[in-house]
Amino acid sequence: MDTEAKTVTGKDRYKSGVMEYKKMGYWEPDYEPKDTDVICCFRVIPQDGVDPVEASAAVAGESSTATWTVVWTDRLTAAEKYRAKCYRVDPVPGAEGQYFAYIAYDLDLFEPGSIANLTASIIGNVFGFKPLKGLRLEDMRLPTAYVKTFNGPATGIVVERERLDKFGRPLLGATVKPKLGLSGRNYGRVVYEALKGGLDFTKDDENINSQPFMHWRERFLYCMEAVNKAQAATGEVKGTYLNVTAATMEDMYERAEFAKELGSVIVMIDLVIGYTAIQSMANWARKNDMVLHLHRAGHSTYTRQKTHGVSFRVIAKWMRLAGVDHIHAGTVVGKLEGDPATTKGYYDICREEFNPQKLENGLFFDQNWASLNKLMPVASGGIHAGQMHQLLDLLGEDVVLQFGGGTIGHPMGIAAGATANRVALEAMILARNEGRDIVNEGPDILKAAAKSCQPLQQALDTWKDVTFNYASTDTPDFVPTATAA
Amino acid sequence: MRITQGTFSFLPDLTDEQITKQVQYCIDNGWAVNLEFTDDPHPRNTYWEMWGHPMFDIEDAAGVMMELNECRKVYGDRYIRLSAFDASHGWESVKLSFIVNRPSEEEPGFRLDRQEAAGRNIRYTTSPYVAAKPEGQRYG
Repeated sequence: MDTEAKTVTGKDRYKSGVMEYKKMGYWEPDYEPKDTDVICCFRVIPQDGVDPVEASAAVAGESSTATWTVVWTDRLTAAEKYRAKCYRVDPVPGAEGQYFAYIAYDLDLFEPGSIANLTASIIGNVFGFKPLKGLRLEDMRLPTAYVKTFNGPATGIVVERERLDKFGRPLLGATVKPKLGLSGRNYGRVVYEALKGGLDFTKDDENINSQPFMHWRERFLYCMEAVNKAQAATGEVKGTYLNVTAATMEDMYERAEFAKELGSVIVMIDLVIGYTAIQSMANWARKNDMVLHLHRAGHSTYTRQKTHGVSFRVIAKWMRLAGVDHIHAGTVVGKLEGDPATTKGYYDICREEFNPQKLENGLFFDQNWASLNKLMPVASGGIHAGQMHQLLDLLGEDVVLQFGGGTIGHPMGIAAGATANRVALEAMILARNEGRDIVNEGPDILKAAAKSCQPLQQALDTWKDVTFNYASTDTPDFVPTATAA
Repeated sequence: MRITQGTFSFLPDLTDEQITKQVQYCIDNGWAVNLEFTDDPHPRNTYWEMWGHPMFDIEDAAGVMMELNECRKVYGDRYIRLSAFDASHGWESVKLSFIVNRPSEEEPGFRLDRQEAAGRNIRYTTSPYVAAKPEGQRYG
């Protein structure tokens, strides 16, 4: 690793031709990042024979000012300021041929308040750069000066709870199943049963938009009948995430306006609509007092493998800036990818005011959120009432727990499934607050609660100890080691 | 019907011993416990009447339970809820809120009115059946 490479200065720097990136000013080992710099940590996997420092400097170059050859027009600019500077390259523990490159970017490289602009730089061209086998954006430190150019979550956890009048426990939801094929009328039936039975929310799935079997207006109208009827049946505020994802912004605004007109408390979008559309919908939600749910549809195509792509922790940071209120962030115990330590990092990004560096959770930097609202994580996919103690222990209470199959698949029906989940949850919160060890006593607490709740007993009997135990692909690279106090 | 507002409404009504433990949990977290009562259970009736101020300086749950019992003596025919406020920066709101007293008679529930509007749209109004009577004369 050629850490001794020196930046060429003076006239020689601008001689026509090709020069190594590490000599063009993109490798500055003595550089001390400013408080206002954006800092990225990339996992760099150079092609065989490529020097890691040169590869890392190339990443800095290609994600900021560089092109493949020297250009004299650099000299018309304050080029030294605009060059991203790689200041540190470390081998990845236990992974030969992989390196963590730390790169600092001057704040003036980015348009205020624009995720599209930030990402066009940081993950623009550079991921296809030939001298690299793979590249992964592991984490970003967003300076307070930049964070403050974003509005952040339209509603935030606290205000969402105040509006819903629900405190002290995770919220409960369910995705309507089957996700495709139900008519509007049948769809609303599932919503009504689940909400009446005890859930706070139901949810459209990511790919429920406006298909031949169900036009979006049909769904919205029947769903709001279900929501209002369930509110009257329980005396509680209820909601259903109406997915407004559509082909164009005009369509999305039309659907969102209709959801508002019908009195829905929440609308939903998918990650695949793109960063600009997400920011537009966040602005709309802020203007219209609407909670904005984001389904992270598509993210695993680039977040799951450690050898190439963008870590989900970075996506979570961008989404907190962009201004959504809910984001799917993993269940740990359910059917989808989620290592416990890595998932904890995502949850901390969503919910904390300040994230200290925690390498064991994949957090490479201190991150101050500068009073941006908190983002409610959502745990969805393959979870059931019998796991309530684990879910509460791993995910905490500011989370939406979504039991789709775990509600609708209940042998006695949807409302019974919802009741089972709600009773299991309330019993576990009560026990935790009483100081009981829910991790170990969890199964007993559930059994005791089931004595006065037959639907819970049936849920426990049906799913017993169903788990999805597979090795995670996205795990932290650092393990905590004991240090002398 | 049973109104299911609050954190523990799906469990059998909490005993005073169970309530005491929840109160102590709140106090140990540094939250101020507050008692409120109402005879209007509408889901969007945010401002129940306060039974005094939130108890900022009480360190023992017994003090809160004494207040709860006093409140029950006067308003035992209404809903009473216990809420805990966290004044920490970044929250500054309610952390836990649950019903600790319900009207002794059957809760009659809510009427749902539908007003048909253009384009198949429906305007919904939820009204507690008891709200037809003046405050203070709704239960018992």
